[in-house]
Order: sequence, then C-alpha cells, then structure tokens
Amino acid sequence: MWSRVTTHPIDPAAVLAEVGAAADGAVLLFLGTVRDHNDGRPVSGVRYEAYVEMAERVLSEIAREAAERLGTDRIAVVHRIGELAVGEASVAIAVSSPHRAEAFDACRYVIEEIKRRLPVWKEERYAEGASRWLEGQVPQIPEVAGG
Amino acid sequence: MCGVTLDGSIVRSYLGAYPMRVRVLFFALYRDLVGTGELELELPAGATAGALVRVVRERGGGFARIPPDPVLAVNHEYASPAVALRDGDEVAFLPPVAGG
Repeated sequence: MWSRVTTHPIDPAAVLAEVGAAADGAVLLFLGTVRDHNDGRPVSGVRYEAYVEMAERVLSEIAREAAERLGTDRIAVVHRIGELAVGEASVAIAVSSPHRAEAFDACRYVIEEIKRRLPVWKEERYAEGASRWLEGQVPQIPEVAGG
Repeated sequence: MCGVTLDGSIVRSYLGAYPMRVRVLFFALYRDLVGTGELELELPAGATAGALVRVVRERGGGFARIPPDPVLAVNHEYASPAVALRDGDEVAFLPPVAGG
C-alpha cells in the first residue's frame, strides 16, 4: 500500500509503478481531473486545501481498508493539493489484483471514501474571476475516539 | 499537575479549576468566516469538545456563523462533541469535505 498527499503534479506512471505483480491479471488506474465547468459555470481552475496531517492519516486508513476488502496490498493512492489547472489530476488511484472484479471494487471504495471523509476542501475559480468553496459532504463518524 | 495537597478532594477540585490550553484550527470556509486559521484557547480541565464549540461561537462575529454542531477532529481523528479534551490537544473545525 502506498498513499500520499502532495503539492506536486501527479505522475500517473509513477502511481502505477507502485502496484502490479506477476500474479496479477488486472491493473487499474483511476484519475480524478479538474473539469472546465460546474453547474453550468465555466471553471478556470481549482484550489484544494487539506488538513494535511489528518488527510495523510485518513488516506492511509482508506487504503488499508480497501486492501482488506481486496485481499491484496497492491493499492496506491495520491491526492494533490494547491492550485490546479483544468485537466490536471487531483487524485490518482492504482490497484492491481489477480482478477478484475476485486480491482474495480477496491478502486471504487477508495474514491468513494475519499469523497466521504478525506479532510480536503475545494475552492473553484471561475472564468469571470469569482471563486467559492464547493459544498461538500458531512463525514459520518462511525466510531468516536475515546476521551 | 498542581502542587502540594493534603487530600484527594482538594486535588480533584484544584485540577478541575486548572485551565488547559488547546490549539484550535479552522479550515477552508470556516477559516474565511472567522478570519484566522488558528487560535490558542484556555478551557477548564475536562471540558468537552462540544463545550469548546460553544466557547468559540460565543466570541461572536464570524465565530457565531460556525454551525452549532460542526464536524470536529481531535488530534487528527474525527471526534464526537462528547469527547473530553486534554491539555495540549489540537481541535480542528472541519467544514463538509470536498476531496477527490
């Protein structure tokens, strides 16, 4: 398993290189990229902010949970923060497994959990110059840490 | 720790009144609302995360615009408002998340 929060551009080949084994017949790469529009408004770019120490911890937990579901530790995930231009990747997930079903399941699990609970926020910048924080999801807290 | 005491009840009452310091962080929309990303606050020992939220909102202005039941993290883990805080804890106010 490999997980990172980074301010640098994502290199998909480097993320793919973290997974894959001779026993694997399926290798999957998912990229989440910055769209040029949202709700009908032209978007010129986005800025992602993270609570970095916590985001690194949560991302690592998500990868570990996905590995438990998949039964393999061949999962790599990176989330980029800072200023991103349209078309750039904000997130990359690579998974490999002996068969495709587990790889698709694990990849889907990682991206959905990122959306659900990774402490990252997205400020969209619009072509006309305005910007705003996107409305996000309220993380549901499954278990409460002891006092 | 407090200093010298003669009996346990005095220890407890003194510790209860002894202030603790916590580091409070605000992110994204909440940081914009309150105008700062970080505060140091003193609270009575044993105060809960929920009590901290009330103290923060009572500062008024942008602080009062934070919802009464924000998502919280204590020391980098999601936490319930019922959690008792400790001296030196880091408590973060987290707006709804939008990663991916």
